Amino acid sequence: MATKQTSSRGEWTSQIGFIFAAIGSAVGLGNIWRFPGVAYENGGGAFLIPYIVALFTTGIPFLFFDYAVGHRFRGSSPLALRRAAGKPGEMLGWLHVVICLVIAVYYTVVVAWTASYFVFSFNLSWNNAKNPTTFFTGKYLQLSEEPLTFEFVPHILLPLIAFWLIALIIVSAGVTKGLQRSNTVFIPLLMVSFVALIIGAVSLPGAAEGLNAFFTPNFEALKDPGTWISAYGQIFFSLSIAFGIMVTYSSYRKRKSNMTGPGLVVAFANSSFELLAGIGVFSALGFFATQQGTTIDQLHGLSGVSLAFMTFPAVVSQMPIAPVFGVLFFGSLLIAGLTSLISIIEVVVSGFVDKFNFSRRKTVWVLGLILMGFSILFFATTSGLYVLDTVDKFTNEVAIVMCAIVMCVLLLLVRRRGYELSQHMTLLSTFPLGRTWRFFVTFVSPVVIAVMFVQVTVNLIQEGYSGYQDWFVGIFGWGTLALMLVVAIVFTVMPWKRDPERFVAWPPIQPRACAKTREAAVHTGESEQTEEAK
Amino acid sequence: MSATAIAYMVGSMVVIWGSLIAALVFLRKRPERAEYPPEGENFQED
Repeated sequence: MATKQTSSRGEWTSQIGFIFAAIGSAVGLGNIWRFPGVAYENGGGAFLIPYIVALFTTGIPFLFFDYAVGHRFRGSSPLALRRAAGKPGEMLGWLHVVICLVIAVYYTVVVAWTASYFVFSFNLSWNNAKNPTTFFTGKYLQLSEEPLTFEFVPHILLPLIAFWLIALIIVSAGVTKGLQRSNTVFIPLLMVSFVALIIGAVSLPGAAEGLNAFFTPNFEALKDPGTWISAYGQIFFSLSIAFGIMVTYSSYRKRKSNMTGPGLVVAFANSSFELLAGIGVFSALGFFATQQGTTIDQLHGLSGVSLAFMTFPAVVSQMPIAPVFGVLFFGSLLIAGLTSLISIIEVVVSGFVDKFNFSRRKTVWVLGLILMGFSILFFATTSGLYVLDTVDKFTNEVAIVMCAIVMCVLLLLVRRRGYELSQHMTLLSTFPLGRTWRFFVTFVSPVVIAVMFVQVTVNLIQEGYSGYQDWFVGIFGWGTLALMLVVAIVFTVMPWKRDPERFVAWPPIQPRACAKTREAAVHTGESEQTEEAK
Repeated sequence: MSATAIAYMVGSMVVIWGSLIAALVFLRKRPERAEYPPEGENFQED
Protein backbone atom coordinates (compact mmCIF):
# COMPACT_ATOMS: atom_id res chain seq x y z
CA MET A 1 0.00 0.00 0.00
CA ALA A 2 1.16 3.49 -0.70
CA THR A 3 2.04 5.40 2.40
CA LYS A 4 0.74 8.90 2.15
CA GLN A 5 2.51 11.53 4.14
CA THR A 6 1.42 15.03 4.77
CA SER A 7 3.47 17.88 3.41
CA SER A 8 6.37 19.08 5.53
CA ARG A 9 7.26 21.83 3.06
CA GLY A 10 5.28 24.93 2.39
CA GLU A 11 2.48 24.56 -0.11
CA TRP A 12 0.19 26.68 -2.28
CA THR A 13 -3.31 25.78 -1.20
CA SER A 14 -4.85 26.60 -4.56
CA GLN A 15 -3.97 26.91 -8.20
CA ILE A 16 -5.00 30.54 -8.25
CA GLY A 17 -2.73 31.19 -5.24
CA PHE A 18 0.22 29.87 -7.23
CA ILE A 19 -0.78 31.88 -10.31
CA PHE A 20 -1.02 35.12 -8.35
CA ALA A 21 2.32 34.52 -6.64
CA ALA A 22 4.03 33.64 -9.92
CA ILE A 23 2.56 36.72 -11.62
CA GLY A 24 3.62 38.77 -8.60
CA SER A 25 7.15 37.57 -9.07
CA ALA A 26 7.26 37.95 -12.85
CA VAL A 27 5.63 41.37 -12.97
CA GLY A 28 8.22 43.65 -11.47
CA LEU A 29 9.78 47.03 -11.99
CA GLY A 30 11.22 45.91 -15.35
CA ASN A 31 7.76 45.44 -16.86
CA ILE A 32 6.81 49.00 -16.12
CA TRP A 33 10.02 50.89 -16.64
CA ARG A 34 12.07 48.73 -19.00
CA PHE A 35 9.74 47.33 -21.67
CA PRO A 36 8.31 50.62 -23.02
CA GLY A 37 11.75 52.19 -23.55
CA VAL A 38 13.32 49.03 -24.98
CA ALA A 39 10.44 48.57 -27.44
CA TYR A 40 10.54 52.21 -28.52
CA GLU A 41 14.29 52.19 -29.10
CA ASN A 42 14.22 48.92 -31.03
CA GLY A 43 11.81 49.49 -33.85
CA GLY A 44 8.59 50.48 -32.04
CA GLY A 45 5.72 48.39 -33.39
CA ALA A 46 8.15 46.22 -35.33
CA PHE A 47 9.83 45.23 -32.03
CA LEU A 48 6.73 43.28 -31.14
CA ILE A 49 7.62 40.72 -33.82
CA PRO A 50 10.98 39.62 -32.29
CA TYR A 51 9.40 40.06 -28.84
CA ILE A 52 6.63 37.57 -29.57
CA VAL A 53 9.08 35.20 -31.30
CA ALA A 54 11.31 35.39 -28.19
CA LEU A 55 8.35 34.74 -25.90
CA PHE A 56 7.42 31.54 -27.74
CA THR A 57 10.92 30.23 -28.43
CA THR A 58 12.69 31.03 -25.16
CA GLY A 59 10.46 32.73 -22.57
CA ILE A 60 7.72 30.14 -22.22
CA PRO A 61 10.00 27.11 -22.84
CA PHE A 62 12.45 28.27 -20.15
CA LEU A 63 9.63 29.06 -17.73
CA PHE A 64 8.40 25.48 -18.16
CA PHE A 65 11.97 24.23 -17.71
CA ASP A 66 12.17 25.97 -14.32
CA TYR A 67 8.72 24.67 -13.38
CA ALA A 68 9.61 21.11 -14.38
CA VAL A 69 12.86 21.07 -12.37
CA GLY A 70 11.25 22.52 -9.24
CA HIS A 71 8.14 20.40 -9.43
CA ARG A 72 9.77 17.08 -10.27
CA PHE A 73 12.70 17.38 -7.87
CA ARG A 74 10.73 19.15 -5.16
CA GLY A 75 13.09 21.55 -3.54
CA SER A 76 14.74 24.91 -3.39
CA SER A 77 17.22 25.51 -6.19
CA PRO A 78 20.20 23.80 -4.47
CA LEU A 79 18.11 20.78 -3.45
CA ALA A 80 16.18 20.33 -6.69
CA LEU A 81 19.27 20.79 -8.85
CA ARG A 82 21.30 18.47 -6.61
CA ARG A 83 18.70 15.79 -7.24
CA ALA A 84 18.60 16.57 -10.95
CA ALA A 85 22.32 16.92 -11.65
CA GLY A 86 24.43 16.01 -8.59
CA LYS A 87 27.01 18.32 -7.04
CA PRO A 88 27.50 20.54 -10.11
CA GLY A 89 23.73 21.03 -10.07
CA GLU A 90 23.80 21.94 -6.40
CA MET A 91 26.46 24.53 -7.07
CA LEU A 92 24.29 26.06 -9.76
CA GLY A 93 21.47 26.11 -7.23
CA TRP A 94 23.63 27.95 -4.72
CA LEU A 95 24.55 30.44 -7.42
CA HIS A 96 20.81 31.08 -7.81
CA VAL A 97 20.57 31.63 -4.07
CA VAL A 98 23.55 33.98 -3.99
CA ILE A 99 22.24 35.93 -6.99
CA CYS A 100 18.92 36.40 -5.19
CA LEU A 101 20.76 37.37 -2.05
CA VAL A 102 22.59 40.13 -3.93
CA ILE A 103 19.50 41.27 -5.81
CA ALA A 104 17.48 41.44 -2.56
CA VAL A 105 20.13 43.74 -1.10
CA TYR A 106 19.74 46.37 -3.82
CA TYR A 107 16.19 45.74 -5.03
CA THR A 108 14.84 46.74 -1.61
CA VAL A 109 16.52 50.12 -2.07
CA VAL A 110 14.60 50.76 -5.29
CA VAL A 111 11.40 49.67 -3.55
CA ALA A 112 12.26 52.16 -0.77
CA TRP A 113 12.78 54.99 -3.31
CA THR A 114 9.43 54.09 -4.87
CA ALA A 115 7.76 54.21 -1.45
CA SER A 116 9.21 57.70 -0.88
CA TYR A 117 7.93 58.84 -4.27
CA PHE A 118 4.53 57.34 -3.52
CA VAL A 119 4.38 59.66 -0.51
CA PHE A 120 5.86 62.59 -2.48
CA SER A 121 3.05 62.18 -5.03
CA PHE A 122 0.44 63.49 -2.59
CA ASN A 123 1.90 67.01 -2.65
CA LEU A 124 4.23 66.70 -5.67
CA SER A 125 7.31 67.29 -3.49
CA TRP A 126 9.60 67.08 -6.52
CA ASN A 127 8.38 70.52 -7.56
CA ASN A 128 10.41 71.90 -4.63
CA ALA A 129 13.57 71.78 -6.72
CA LYS A 130 14.64 73.31 -10.04
CA ASN A 131 13.28 70.23 -11.81
CA PRO A 132 12.43 66.62 -10.90
CA THR A 133 15.87 65.42 -12.02
CA THR A 134 17.75 67.71 -9.64
CA PHE A 135 15.21 66.82 -6.95
CA PHE A 136 15.99 63.11 -7.38
CA THR A 137 19.76 63.27 -7.66
CA GLY A 138 20.30 66.32 -5.46
CA LYS A 139 17.67 66.61 -2.73
CA TYR A 140 16.57 62.99 -2.52
CA LEU A 141 19.63 60.81 -3.25
CA GLN A 142 22.12 63.58 -2.37
CA LEU A 143 24.30 61.95 -4.99
CA SER A 144 27.99 62.49 -4.33
CA GLU A 145 30.75 63.17 -6.82
CA GLU A 146 32.73 60.30 -5.28
CA PRO A 147 31.79 56.82 -6.56
CA LEU A 148 31.96 55.32 -3.07
CA THR A 149 31.06 57.01 0.20
CA PHE A 150 29.64 55.81 3.48
CA GLU A 151 27.63 58.94 4.16
CA PHE A 152 24.13 57.84 4.95
CA VAL A 153 21.00 59.58 3.74
CA PRO A 154 18.50 59.40 6.62
CA HIS A 155 15.35 59.76 4.55
CA ILE A 156 16.34 56.75 2.43
CA LEU A 157 17.29 54.75 5.51
CA LEU A 158 13.80 54.95 6.96
CA PRO A 159 11.76 53.49 4.06
CA LEU A 160 14.58 51.03 3.39
CA ILE A 161 14.34 49.57 6.89
CA ALA A 162 10.54 49.67 6.76
CA PHE A 163 10.36 47.71 3.50
CA TRP A 164 12.94 45.18 4.62
CA LEU A 165 10.78 44.54 7.67
CA ILE A 166 7.56 44.32 5.62
CA ALA A 167 9.16 41.85 3.17
CA LEU A 168 10.65 39.76 6.00
CA ILE A 169 7.34 39.63 7.89
CA ILE A 170 5.59 38.36 4.73
CA VAL A 171 8.25 35.73 3.98
CA SER A 172 8.49 34.57 7.60
CA ALA A 173 4.72 33.94 7.63
CA GLY A 174 5.35 31.10 5.17
CA VAL A 175 4.19 30.04 1.75
CA THR A 176 0.45 29.92 2.42
CA LYS A 177 -0.01 32.64 4.99
CA GLY A 178 2.72 34.94 3.74
CA LEU A 179 3.43 34.65 0.03
CA GLN A 180 0.07 33.36 -1.15
CA ARG A 181 -2.08 35.58 1.05
CA SER A 182 -0.14 38.77 0.28
CA ASN A 183 -0.09 38.13 -3.48
CA THR A 184 -3.80 37.34 -3.48
CA VAL A 185 -4.37 40.86 -2.18
CA PHE A 186 -1.58 42.67 -4.03
CA ILE A 187 -2.04 41.33 -7.57
CA PRO A 188 -5.73 42.25 -7.95
CA LEU A 189 -4.89 45.61 -6.37
CA LEU A 190 -2.06 46.09 -8.86
CA MET A 191 -4.35 45.24 -11.77
CA VAL A 192 -7.02 47.70 -10.66
CA SER A 193 -4.63 50.57 -9.96
CA PHE A 194 -2.65 50.00 -13.15
CA VAL A 195 -5.72 49.78 -15.37
CA ALA A 196 -7.03 53.00 -13.77
CA LEU A 197 -3.68 54.64 -14.50
CA ILE A 198 -3.73 53.52 -18.13
CA ILE A 199 -7.31 54.67 -18.69
CA GLY A 200 -6.32 58.07 -17.27
CA ALA A 201 -3.17 58.22 -19.39
CA VAL A 202 -4.80 57.38 -22.74
CA SER A 203 -7.46 60.04 -22.09
CA LEU A 204 -4.86 62.81 -21.89
CA PRO A 205 -4.47 65.26 -24.78
CA GLY A 206 -1.50 64.22 -26.90
CA ALA A 207 -1.70 60.56 -25.83
CA ALA A 208 -2.28 59.55 -29.45
CA GLU A 209 1.02 61.15 -30.42
CA GLY A 210 2.79 59.02 -27.84
CA LEU A 211 1.08 55.85 -29.01
CA ASN A 212 1.92 56.75 -32.58
CA ALA A 213 5.61 57.01 -31.67
CA PHE A 214 5.44 53.75 -29.71
CA PHE A 215 3.64 51.62 -32.29
CA THR A 216 4.90 53.00 -35.61
CA PRO A 217 7.08 50.17 -36.91
CA ASN A 218 10.61 50.70 -38.07
CA PHE A 219 11.32 47.61 -40.12
CA GLU A 220 14.95 48.53 -40.64
CA ALA A 221 15.45 47.72 -36.94
CA LEU A 222 14.54 44.08 -37.61
CA LYS A 223 17.67 43.71 -39.76
CA ASP A 224 19.80 44.70 -36.78
CA PRO A 225 20.78 41.67 -34.65
CA GLY A 226 20.84 44.06 -31.67
CA THR A 227 17.05 44.37 -31.89
CA TRP A 228 16.63 40.61 -31.64
CA ILE A 229 19.06 40.40 -28.73
CA SER A 230 17.10 43.16 -26.97
CA ALA A 231 13.84 41.26 -27.52
CA TYR A 232 15.28 38.03 -26.12
CA GLY A 233 16.83 40.02 -23.26
CA GLN A 234 13.52 41.69 -22.41
CA ILE A 235 11.62 38.40 -22.38
CA PHE A 236 14.38 36.69 -20.42
CA PHE A 237 14.68 39.34 -17.70
CA SER A 238 11.00 40.08 -17.34
CA LEU A 239 9.78 36.52 -16.74
CA SER A 240 11.86 35.90 -13.55
CA ILE A 241 13.40 32.82 -15.09
CA ALA A 242 16.74 31.07 -14.60
CA PHE A 243 17.64 32.27 -11.13
CA GLY A 244 15.72 29.98 -8.87
CA ILE A 245 12.43 31.77 -8.23
CA MET A 246 10.27 29.62 -10.46
CA VAL A 247 12.11 26.45 -9.39
CA THR A 248 11.34 27.30 -5.76
CA TYR A 249 7.74 28.40 -6.37
CA SER A 250 6.85 25.30 -8.38
CA SER A 251 8.35 23.04 -5.71
CA TYR A 252 5.57 24.28 -3.42
CA ARG A 253 2.89 22.87 -5.69
CA LYS A 254 1.35 19.51 -4.81
CA ARG A 255 2.69 16.58 -6.79
CA LYS A 256 -0.58 16.16 -8.62
CA SER A 257 -0.71 19.62 -10.12
CA ASN A 258 -1.33 21.07 -13.54
CA MET A 259 1.84 23.02 -14.27
CA THR A 260 1.70 24.12 -17.90
CA GLY A 261 -1.89 25.43 -17.92
CA PRO A 262 -1.22 27.99 -15.17
CA GLY A 263 2.26 28.58 -16.68
CA LEU A 264 0.73 29.86 -19.91
CA VAL A 265 -1.50 32.21 -17.93
CA VAL A 266 1.52 33.54 -16.01
CA ALA A 267 3.62 34.06 -19.14
CA PHE A 268 0.89 35.83 -21.10
CA ALA A 269 -0.18 37.87 -18.05
CA ASN A 270 3.40 39.09 -17.75
CA SER A 271 3.53 40.16 -21.40
CA SER A 272 0.01 41.61 -21.24
CA PHE A 273 1.12 43.76 -18.34
CA GLU A 274 4.16 44.92 -20.29
CA LEU A 275 2.06 45.90 -23.28
CA LEU A 276 -0.26 47.79 -20.96
CA ALA A 277 2.75 49.56 -19.44
CA GLY A 278 3.97 50.52 -22.92
CA ILE A 279 0.58 52.01 -23.77
CA GLY A 280 0.38 53.89 -20.45
CA VAL A 281 3.93 55.21 -20.41
CA PHE A 282 3.88 56.38 -24.03
CA SER A 283 0.43 57.98 -23.68
CA ALA A 284 1.82 59.96 -20.76
CA LEU A 285 4.99 60.84 -22.67
CA GLY A 286 2.92 61.94 -25.68
CA PHE A 287 0.93 64.22 -23.40
CA PHE A 288 4.13 65.60 -21.89
CA ALA A 289 5.76 66.23 -25.28
CA THR A 290 2.61 68.06 -26.44
CA GLN A 291 2.63 70.23 -23.30
CA GLN A 292 6.31 71.05 -23.88
CA GLY A 293 5.73 71.79 -27.55
CA THR A 294 8.17 69.08 -28.57
CA THR A 295 8.14 65.51 -29.89
CA ILE A 296 8.81 62.17 -28.21
CA ASP A 297 12.13 61.70 -30.00
CA GLN A 298 13.41 64.83 -28.30
CA LEU A 299 12.68 63.48 -24.80
CA HIS A 300 15.39 61.82 -22.70
CA GLY A 301 15.29 59.27 -19.91
CA LEU A 302 12.72 56.90 -21.36
CA SER A 303 13.59 53.80 -19.36
CA GLY A 304 14.78 52.51 -16.01
CA VAL A 305 15.50 54.66 -12.97
CA SER A 306 15.52 57.86 -15.03
CA LEU A 307 12.05 57.16 -16.48
CA ALA A 308 10.52 56.45 -13.07
CA PHE A 309 12.20 59.05 -10.90
CA MET A 310 13.18 61.86 -13.29
CA THR A 311 10.95 61.86 -16.38
CA PHE A 312 7.73 60.57 -14.89
CA PRO A 313 7.53 63.05 -12.00
CA ALA A 314 7.94 65.85 -14.56
CA VAL A 315 5.14 64.31 -16.63
CA VAL A 316 2.88 63.90 -13.59
CA SER A 317 3.35 67.55 -12.58
CA GLN A 318 1.83 68.65 -15.89
CA MET A 319 -1.21 66.42 -15.55
CA PRO A 320 -4.68 67.36 -14.40
CA ILE A 321 -5.32 65.81 -10.94
CA ALA A 322 -1.57 65.22 -10.79
CA PRO A 323 -1.44 63.65 -7.30
CA VAL A 324 -3.88 60.91 -8.39
CA PHE A 325 -1.68 59.97 -11.34
CA GLY A 326 1.43 60.07 -9.15
CA VAL A 327 -0.14 57.89 -6.47
CA LEU A 328 -1.40 55.36 -9.02
CA PHE A 329 1.94 55.20 -10.85
CA PHE A 330 4.19 54.91 -7.81
CA GLY A 331 1.63 52.75 -6.00
CA SER A 332 1.65 50.28 -8.92
CA LEU A 333 5.42 50.36 -9.08
CA LEU A 334 5.59 49.76 -5.33
CA ILE A 335 3.30 46.72 -5.42
CA ALA A 336 5.07 45.28 -8.47
CA GLY A 337 8.42 45.75 -6.71
CA LEU A 338 7.33 44.34 -3.36
CA THR A 339 5.77 41.17 -4.79
CA SER A 340 8.95 40.51 -6.76
CA LEU A 341 11.14 41.26 -3.74
CA ILE A 342 9.42 38.66 -1.56
CA SER A 343 9.91 36.02 -4.26
CA ILE A 344 13.61 36.85 -4.39
CA ILE A 345 13.97 36.56 -0.61
CA GLU A 346 12.03 33.27 -0.67
CA VAL A 347 14.69 31.68 -2.92
CA VAL A 348 17.36 32.52 -0.34
CA VAL A 349 15.33 31.35 2.64
CA SER A 350 14.24 28.06 1.08
CA GLY A 351 17.83 27.27 0.08
CA PHE A 352 19.06 27.58 3.66
CA VAL A 353 16.05 25.83 5.18
CA ASP A 354 16.46 22.83 2.86
CA LYS A 355 20.19 22.38 3.34
CA PHE A 356 20.72 23.24 6.98
CA ASN A 357 17.30 22.34 8.32
CA PHE A 358 16.97 25.73 10.02
CA SER A 359 13.51 26.90 10.93
CA ARG A 360 11.95 29.30 8.44
CA ARG A 361 11.45 32.06 10.99
CA LYS A 362 15.01 31.89 12.27
CA THR A 363 16.43 31.87 8.73
CA VAL A 364 14.30 34.81 7.65
CA TRP A 365 15.20 37.02 10.57
CA VAL A 366 18.89 36.17 10.96
CA LEU A 367 19.64 36.25 7.23
CA GLY A 368 17.25 39.08 6.55
CA LEU A 369 18.75 41.38 9.13
CA ILE A 370 22.28 40.67 7.85
CA LEU A 371 21.18 41.47 4.31
CA MET A 372 19.44 44.60 5.53
CA GLY A 373 22.78 45.63 7.02
CA PHE A 374 24.49 45.31 3.61
CA SER A 375 21.62 47.16 2.01
CA ILE A 376 22.11 50.08 4.38
CA LEU A 377 25.90 50.02 4.18
CA PHE A 378 26.19 50.20 0.39
CA PHE A 379 22.93 51.61 -0.88
CA ALA A 380 21.46 54.03 1.66
CA THR A 381 24.44 56.27 1.06
CA THR A 382 25.14 59.21 -1.20
CA SER A 383 26.88 56.84 -3.64
CA GLY A 384 24.15 54.17 -3.52
CA LEU A 385 22.99 54.75 -7.10
CA TYR A 386 26.44 54.09 -8.58
CA VAL A 387 26.92 50.84 -6.66
CA LEU A 388 23.38 49.74 -7.47
CA ASP A 389 23.78 50.45 -11.17
CA THR A 390 27.01 48.45 -11.38
CA VAL A 391 25.99 45.49 -9.22
CA ASP A 392 22.66 45.26 -11.07
CA LYS A 393 24.33 45.22 -14.49
CA PHE A 394 26.74 42.42 -13.59
CA THR A 395 24.25 40.34 -11.62
CA ASN A 396 21.52 40.46 -14.25
CA GLU A 397 23.35 40.51 -17.50
CA VAL A 398 26.34 38.34 -16.62
CA ALA A 399 25.52 36.10 -13.63
CA ILE A 400 21.90 35.20 -14.42
CA VAL A 401 22.61 34.79 -18.11
CA MET A 402 25.55 32.50 -17.33
CA CYS A 403 23.39 30.43 -14.96
CA ALA A 404 20.79 29.98 -17.70
CA ILE A 405 23.36 28.62 -20.13
CA VAL A 406 24.86 26.29 -17.51
CA MET A 407 21.41 25.01 -16.54
CA CYS A 408 20.56 24.11 -20.15
CA VAL A 409 23.93 22.49 -20.83
CA LEU A 410 24.18 20.62 -17.51
CA LEU A 411 20.64 19.28 -17.29
CA LEU A 412 19.76 18.80 -20.92
CA LEU A 413 22.99 18.05 -22.76
CA VAL A 414 25.12 16.45 -20.04
CA ARG A 415 22.52 14.78 -17.81
CA ARG A 416 19.98 14.39 -20.60
CA ARG A 417 16.97 15.16 -18.45
CA GLY A 418 14.96 16.69 -21.30
CA TYR A 419 12.76 13.70 -22.02
CA GLU A 420 12.09 13.04 -18.34
CA LEU A 421 11.16 16.66 -17.70
CA SER A 422 8.88 16.95 -20.71
CA GLN A 423 7.17 13.69 -19.78
CA HIS A 424 6.79 14.86 -16.19
CA MET A 425 4.97 17.98 -17.31
CA THR A 426 2.90 16.10 -19.88
CA LEU A 427 1.75 13.39 -17.46
CA LEU A 428 0.58 15.93 -14.89
CA SER A 429 -0.51 18.93 -16.94
CA THR A 430 -3.20 19.81 -19.43
CA PHE A 431 -0.85 21.31 -22.03
CA PRO A 432 1.63 18.63 -23.17
CA LEU A 433 5.32 19.24 -23.79
CA GLY A 434 7.19 17.21 -26.35
CA ARG A 435 9.84 17.40 -29.01
CA THR A 436 9.23 21.06 -29.86
CA TRP A 437 9.68 22.15 -26.27
CA ARG A 438 12.85 20.09 -25.93
CA PHE A 439 14.25 21.60 -29.09
CA PHE A 440 13.64 25.18 -27.92
CA VAL A 441 14.99 24.64 -24.44
CA THR A 442 17.94 22.42 -25.38
CA PHE A 443 19.20 24.23 -28.46
CA VAL A 444 17.50 27.54 -29.22
CA SER A 445 17.51 29.01 -25.69
CA PRO A 446 21.16 28.32 -24.79
CA VAL A 447 22.34 29.60 -28.17
CA VAL A 448 20.48 32.90 -28.05
CA ILE A 449 21.30 33.35 -24.39
CA ALA A 450 24.97 32.63 -25.12
CA VAL A 451 24.94 35.32 -27.82
CA MET A 452 23.59 37.79 -25.22
CA PHE A 453 26.24 36.68 -22.75
CA VAL A 454 29.15 37.05 -25.17
CA GLN A 455 27.98 40.43 -26.40
CA VAL A 456 27.61 41.90 -22.90
CA THR A 457 30.74 40.33 -21.44
CA VAL A 458 33.02 41.30 -24.31
CA ASN A 459 31.67 44.83 -24.13
CA LEU A 460 32.25 45.02 -20.37
CA ILE A 461 35.80 43.71 -20.74
CA GLN A 462 36.66 46.08 -23.58
CA GLU A 463 34.80 49.21 -22.60
CA GLY A 464 34.27 48.91 -18.84
CA TYR A 465 30.87 50.00 -17.61
CA SER A 466 29.13 53.32 -18.00
CA GLY A 467 32.28 55.41 -17.55
CA TYR A 468 32.95 54.21 -13.98
CA GLN A 469 36.57 53.94 -12.91
CA ASP A 470 38.23 50.55 -13.39
CA TRP A 471 38.77 49.89 -9.67
CA PHE A 472 35.09 50.56 -9.01
CA VAL A 473 33.88 48.19 -11.74
CA GLY A 474 36.54 45.73 -10.56
CA ILE A 475 35.17 45.66 -7.03
CA PHE A 476 31.43 46.01 -7.52
CA GLY A 477 31.14 44.34 -10.93
CA TRP A 478 33.72 41.60 -11.41
CA GLY A 479 34.32 41.41 -7.66
CA THR A 480 30.64 40.71 -7.01
CA LEU A 481 30.73 37.90 -9.57
CA ALA A 482 33.87 36.38 -8.01
CA LEU A 483 32.35 36.61 -4.54
CA MET A 484 29.16 34.93 -5.74
CA LEU A 485 31.16 32.04 -7.15
CA VAL A 486 33.21 31.59 -3.96
CA VAL A 487 30.14 31.71 -1.70
CA ALA A 488 28.31 29.22 -3.93
CA ILE A 489 31.27 26.82 -3.75
CA VAL A 490 31.47 27.15 0.05
CA PHE A 491 27.78 26.37 0.53
CA THR A 492 27.99 23.43 -1.88
CA VAL A 493 30.91 21.92 0.04
CA MET A 494 29.20 22.26 3.43
CA PRO A 495 27.47 19.07 4.63
CA TRP A 496 23.71 18.52 4.35
CA LYS A 497 21.65 17.99 7.48
CA ARG A 498 19.76 15.27 5.59
CA ASP A 499 20.57 13.21 2.55
CA PRO A 500 19.37 15.25 -0.41
CA GLU A 501 19.41 12.30 -2.75
CA ARG A 502 17.16 10.07 -0.62
CA PHE A 503 14.28 10.92 -2.82
CA VAL A 504 12.13 9.22 -5.41
CA ALA A 505 10.74 11.33 -8.21
CA TRP A 506 7.08 10.85 -9.08
CA PRO A 507 5.63 9.84 -11.49
CA PRO A 508 8.17 7.21 -12.54
CA ILE A 509 9.39 7.84 -16.08
CA GLN A 510 11.39 5.35 -18.07
CA PRO A 511 14.50 6.84 -19.61
CA ARG A 512 14.20 7.00 -23.36
CA ALA A 513 17.24 4.84 -24.10
CA CYS A 514 15.84 3.08 -27.16
CA ALA A 515 12.59 2.35 -28.89
CA LYS A 516 12.26 -0.88 -26.92
CA THR A 517 12.21 1.00 -23.63
CA ARG A 518 9.59 3.28 -25.04
CA GLU A 519 7.47 0.33 -25.98
CA ALA A 520 7.89 -1.12 -22.52
CA ALA A 521 6.77 2.15 -21.03
CA VAL A 522 3.55 1.96 -23.03
CA HIS A 523 2.87 -1.52 -21.70
CA THR A 524 3.49 -0.46 -18.11
CA GLY A 525 0.98 2.32 -18.41
CA GLU A 526 3.27 5.24 -19.18
CA SER A 527 1.15 7.51 -21.25
CA GLU A 528 2.58 7.59 -24.69
CA GLN A 529 -0.43 9.16 -26.24
CA THR A 530 0.56 12.48 -24.78
CA GLU A 531 4.22 12.34 -25.70
CA GLU A 532 5.15 14.34 -28.74
CA ALA A 533 1.65 15.74 -28.73
CA LYS A 534 3.15 19.17 -29.10
CA MET B 1 -2.24 58.08 -34.96
CA SER B 2 -1.28 56.69 -38.37
CA ALA B 3 -3.11 53.69 -39.79
CA THR B 4 0.07 51.59 -39.56
CA ALA B 5 0.54 52.44 -35.87
CA ILE B 6 -3.10 51.59 -35.16
CA ALA B 7 -2.71 48.29 -37.03
CA TYR B 8 0.36 47.41 -34.95
CA MET B 9 -1.33 48.42 -31.72
CA VAL B 10 -4.42 46.35 -32.47
CA GLY B 11 -2.30 43.45 -33.75
CA SER B 12 -0.16 43.28 -30.62
CA MET B 13 -3.23 43.56 -28.38
CA VAL B 14 -4.91 40.72 -30.25
CA VAL B 15 -1.84 38.46 -30.09
CA ILE B 16 -0.75 39.15 -26.48
CA TRP B 17 -4.03 39.87 -24.71
CA GLY B 18 -5.79 37.34 -26.92
CA SER B 19 -3.27 34.70 -25.86
CA LEU B 20 -3.90 35.57 -22.21
CA ILE B 21 -7.64 35.20 -22.68
CA ALA B 22 -7.13 31.93 -24.55
CA ALA B 23 -4.86 30.64 -21.76
CA LEU B 24 -7.45 31.61 -19.13
CA VAL B 25 -10.28 29.95 -21.05
CA PHE B 26 -8.15 26.83 -21.56
CA LEU B 27 -7.33 26.68 -17.85
CA ARG B 28 -10.94 27.25 -16.85
CA LYS B 29 -12.07 24.45 -19.13
CA ARG B 30 -9.41 22.04 -17.94
CA PRO B 31 -8.08 23.19 -14.57
CA GLU B 32 -6.56 19.78 -13.81
CA ARG B 33 -6.08 16.48 -15.57
CA ALA B 34 -9.01 14.12 -15.25
CA GLU B 35 -6.65 11.29 -14.31
CA TYR B 36 -3.18 11.18 -12.83
CA PRO B 37 -0.66 8.34 -13.02
CA PRO B 38 -1.03 5.71 -10.27
CA GLU B 39 0.51 6.78 -6.96
CA GLY B 40 2.64 3.68 -6.46
CA GLU B 41 4.56 2.77 -3.33
CA ASN B 42 6.85 5.71 -3.10
CA PHE B 43 4.28 8.41 -3.48
CA GLN B 44 4.43 11.02 -0.78
CA GLU B 45 3.55 14.68 -0.53
CA ASP B 46 6.74 16.12 0.84
